[in-house]
Amino acid sequence: MSTTSQKPALETPAEESNRVQIGLLSRMLGRPEIGALVAAIVIGIFFLIVAPPFRSAESLATVLYQSATIGIVAVAVGMLMIGGEFDLSAGVMVTTAGLVNAMFSYEYNLNLWVGAVVSLVVALAIGFLNGYLVMRTGIASFLITLGTFFVLQGVNLGVTKLVTGSVSTPNINQMNGYTSLQKVFASTFNVGSVRVSIIVVWWFLFVAAASWVLLRTRVGNWIYAVGGNQASARAVGVPVIRVKIGLFMTVSFLAWFMGMHTLYNFNTIQAGNGVGNEFLYIIAAVVGGTLLTGGYGNAIGAAIGSFIFGMTSLCIVYAGWDPNWFRAFLGVMLLLAVLVNLYVKRLSTTRKVG
Amino acid sequence: MTDTISEHADQSLEQGEALVQLEDVGKRYGAIRALKGINLTVRAGEVTCVLGDNGAGKSTLIKIISGLHPHNEGVLKVDGSEVHFGSPRAALDHGIATVYQDLAVVGLMEVWRNFFLGSELTTSGIPFSGMRVKEMKRIADEELRKMGIVVKNIDQPIGELSGGQRQCVAIARAVYFGARVLILDEPTAALGVKQSGVVLKYTAAARDAGLGVVFITHNPHHANLVGDHFVILKLGQAVLDKKRSEVSLDELTRQMAGGDELTELSHELKR
Repeated sequence: MSTTSQKPALETPAEESNRVQIGLLSRMLGRPEIGALVAAIVIGIFFLIVAPPFRSAESLATVLYQSATIGIVAVAVGMLMIGGEFDLSAGVMVTTAGLVNAMFSYEYNLNLWVGAVVSLVVALAIGFLNGYLVMRTGIASFLITLGTFFVLQGVNLGVTKLVTGSVSTPNINQMNGYTSLQKVFASTFNVGSVRVSIIVVWWFLFVAAASWVLLRTRVGNWIYAVGGNQASARAVGVPVIRVKIGLFMTVSFLAWFMGMHTLYNFNTIQAGNGVGNEFLYIIAAVVGGTLLTGGYGNAIGAAIGSFIFGMTSLCIVYAGWDPNWFRAFLGVMLLLAVLVNLYVKRLSTTRKVG
Repeated sequence: MTDTISEHADQSLEQGEALVQLEDVGKRYGAIRALKGINLTVRAGEVTCVLGDNGAGKSTLIKIISGLHPHNEGVLKVDGSEVHFGSPRAALDHGIATVYQDLAVVGLMEVWRNFFLGSELTTSGIPFSGMRVKEMKRIADEELRKMGIVVKNIDQPIGELSGGQRQCVAIARAVYFGARVLILDEPTAALGVKQSGVVLKYTAAARDAGLGVVFITHNPHHANLVGDHFVILKLGQAVLDKKRSEVSLDELTRQMAGGDELTELSHELKR
């Protein structure tokens, strides 16, 4: 060994040497919704191959409609979960909102707009109560909203039977205010030859608004903080109680919105509807990368989760399979999503070298 | 590093002015009395060191001044008028910032978001208006550099940083937002020699800029380096309350270690 190279003397490392430019790929992988996006693309390609009827613009519009019916509430449920809480009452609250509007206006023979406003107030009050009880008692939101869920389920059926004598509301399409409300919540419009429901547009708007709030506003910062570490958030001056009650009220607001759509789309509401949907909202949010324990996730992810739901529920039919398989598929997606989330959390909470 | 403190320090502070006064303050948690009859004055331009063993009531004292738990006995005065903090926000609004022992950071959130958490810069007062993200990132990065911390990326989750680095973020944040009173809860406990030095220099700089500093520690050596006033707590009560000129490091150490108890112990353990 005659050629020994002279090593340079050790220098104090410059400040900049510690800086690492994180590559585009790893930055992409660090985003919550990336797993769901990949899954959506794979599932989409799969169904394009096995389900020929899926390959048309009409089908896409139908899939988007189906996605929006879950996605609108899922956006709010996703935000609430980022804030570290659950809402199991969201599914039946949709029905409650529709029922209140229809029955209030019908029984008192008032303009439907009045009923819609009353319904909104009722929904927001339920959301407030959920949030208030959770914050006031310190009991897990899972339990509190499980209670609200059963109460609303019973009240929906009980009150509807008392008022109308049956389990559905009377048809409201001849009442004052119907035309304008129908236009806002349940009209359709044409894009080329394809009919698109306005609810899809609303869905996109809500996702965009939620994204803005979560990523660009101080309230968004607070939502991540109360979900990630409530005690720390409080210690640095975040108004934890207001943030969380606000989140519960956001869920009830969008549940009300969805209730309006259901009412003005079908002109009547079945009092037993909505049970089980709360889980679909949660699944959509979790598949979209929202961490069950809070503090991580985003609105786009919840939207992609809803899209996967809408696409699969319809494409199983398009492919000519037994629709019963859909639930099994949903369960598998949820498990996969939870595994990916776990991995993500481990990656981002452990210290990386280099 | 001193420029941040003097830039953000309230210019109206006068040397020796009483900023926070505790008069006979106590705290009960149910049947347990965690703190009793504490008299303490935090003066502008002074470092008040609170020493004590585990369970002596140091953390409870901090929680009262920083607004985490309200006191239920005695009087807490800020700038001469009585206050009752309902939340840490109320204390922050009086210019009292705290570095907590558990640091109060949110692990999954980016460094810059943690830095500004609860005190975000927004483009306008309208609800849901945007944050000044670029400015926030720049300031967070600059303030950390002043403490000698160069994070890999200001966008990385704070959970990826080492314990010492997280400590520095917490301190830099408190210094940046604490205009009048800075409370440091065991700031040197998790740090190495060099970073402890940085923290002590910060403490001295805050004092020189006219802030009132409360420095909680169970290390009498660190306390002796920066303190102007020493209070030793034991079982929720003050057992020593002296100015720098009236007390020596030896006495501090002896009191901290339990004084006579230590002498007894050394007899018992004699070999």
